[in-house]
Amino acid sequence: MKAKTLLKVAGQSIVKNKMRTLLTMLGIIIGVAAVNVMVAIGSGAQRQIERQIQALGTNMLVITPGSAMQGGVSQGAQTFNRLTIEDAEMLRSQSFLLSAVSPVVMTRAQVIGGAGNWRTSIMGVDVDYQQIRDWPVQDGVFFEENDVRAMRKVVVLGATVAENLFPNGDAVGQQIRIRDVPVQVIGVLAPKGQTANGGDQDDVILAPYTTVQTRLSGRVFIPQILANTSSPEDIPAAQEEIRSILRTSHRLAPNEPDDFTLRNQNEIAQAAQGTTQVMTMLLAAIASISLVVGGIGIMNIMLVSVTERTREIGLRLALGARGRDVLTQFLVESVVMSVVGGLLGLALGVVASGAIAHVTGWSAALSPAMVAIALGFSGAVGVFFGYDPARRAAALDPIQALRYE
Amino acid sequence: MTAAESATMSSVIEARGLTKVYRMGKNEVHALRGVDLFVERGEMVAIMGASGSGKSTLMNILGCLDRPTSGTYVLDGKRVDGLSKDELADIRNRKLGFVFQGFHLLPRTSALENVELPLLYDRSGRKLDTRALAAAALERVGLGQRMDHDPSELSGGQQQRVAIARALVTQPSVLLADEPTGNLDSRTSVEIMALFQELNDDGVTILLVTHEPDIAAYAKRIVELRDGRIIRDEPVHDRQDAAADLRAFQGAETAGVA
Repeated sequence: MKAKTLLKVAGQSIVKNKMRTLLTMLGIIIGVAAVNVMVAIGSGAQRQIERQIQALGTNMLVITPGSAMQGGVSQGAQTFNRLTIEDAEMLRSQSFLLSAVSPVVMTRAQVIGGAGNWRTSIMGVDVDYQQIRDWPVQDGVFFEENDVRAMRKVVVLGATVAENLFPNGDAVGQQIRIRDVPVQVIGVLAPKGQTANGGDQDDVILAPYTTVQTRLSGRVFIPQILANTSSPEDIPAAQEEIRSILRTSHRLAPNEPDDFTLRNQNEIAQAAQGTTQVMTMLLAAIASISLVVGGIGIMNIMLVSVTERTREIGLRLALGARGRDVLTQFLVESVVMSVVGGLLGLALGVVASGAIAHVTGWSAALSPAMVAIALGFSGAVGVFFGYDPARRAAALDPIQALRYE
Repeated sequence: MTAAESATMSSVIEARGLTKVYRMGKNEVHALRGVDLFVERGEMVAIMGASGSGKSTLMNILGCLDRPTSGTYVLDGKRVDGLSKDELADIRNRKLGFVFQGFHLLPRTSALENVELPLLYDRSGRKLDTRALAAAALERVGLGQRMDHDPSELSGGQQQRVAIARALVTQPSVLLADEPTGNLDSRTSVEIMALFQELNDDGVTILLVTHEPDIAAYAKRIVELRDGRIIRDEPVHDRQDAAADLRAFQGAETAGVA
């Protein structure tokens, strides 16, 4: 039988049994759509996280206290804090590669002023912090070197805090009280949005670290030092430099491990991306199950269809069809149905992921690879699940098939 | 004169010593116990017999749907009793036309497409205008006006005409009709028999299986089977003219109305 005739026969059979065809294709349509939507959501989330990590700042390095060993027993990270303001000062004065360094001191406190009160985190930082985090002010000014040195009681509000305390937008120049310490608001930061973990980065008050240490928290050791380099290529060398400066500062013997942890932004980004990649794969795997279920649906309907069409098969055999003709006809029907189902599923997937992108504000892009995989897979489903029913049809005895009621 | 002696060069069916044994568990069922049958070109033969007489088995073997356990079968000059399944499929396609009791038309498929069907399985490699051939076959059975109709839009008689057109479209050597009037009322049966007689007059060889003597009376020759053997093989002496019977039907109806 010629290929054209074959397609015609299969096509007629598909078009003339619309209900059966639709039911058969439904599983594949839903399966392919689900896979595409899941992957689109996954990659959208991934891109979102990438953007958020970029928003952390550029070429950033994060130094946190490391693990301490007490008699050979590791106490885990950040158990023994030996990072001090002196470390930050030393990095600033001795490093050639770092373009900005800022210690970060954190405390949480109740803030009273303006429209009411608000509990938020107070971060004591240096002037460089603004550059490292790439965080402009939308109103007023950031504090200066003098403010830090003089421990002035000035603060810059994060957008969320400003909004809650001063809904009218007149925060700059006002007095607020942090733990009963009156401070002056000199600026409001531009909104930065959520972190990768969903925390609000704008729910914060920035103040000179000297002010926070002396007047608010009183701690000597600091939980974090941020630094950055002027170009990404400098990061590996800068890390070595930081390590050697801090080891000297902490007087560590050569055989002792680092008592601090050094991470760069790429590592943070990779960790976050790894997580979302796993999530994406998980979503795709779950969606693939629906494709397999769709395939079984096709097989089911094809098997029923062989029984239902026994007389037709008998007739075709009587009229001179060979077993192979019947086999190919059923196989072509099954493949055409699953590929058409795949295309419809793809269209549905595009619409659905577009809708989700619209609602969430993510870019839920459809990847060409995914399109190819979905279509290839649905074709394979057609062959795989269509073969057995087709073989059964081809093996029918024409006499029995003609008599079948 | 025995049947074997009557075989001539113009025989389209030459079957000698056909037997068929079915195994059902431990039992052997002898459906055919040595059948000789010779059919010449242009004949119209009715095969009769009660159920279990072996007439269906004989029809299946003559129709190349089944193979005899022993015996030889030459169809249109070609020995076919030992052919493979695929070769038999080709023989069915080229040399045989089937008409069934239950019409066996594809649903939701126009008359024209139904008639085209056997041409789709043509493996001779020749270029066929399937549409034109199917249209001509439908014209020939008097359905030129209803080519685009689905089977569900046609009466039983019309459906059987479509099936006959489908059997004719490949210009087969033999037209095999298995109880072609079994699902039709008596008047439509006569109509269909009139069509068969007309086709036979045009030279189509027809083999007809029926258990109704009235229908067999339209054939030229009757072969009767019992218990897997031919017990009667004789020409029909007072052959009925279906066209004349049809006119009688019409006359009766007109009279009834009047």
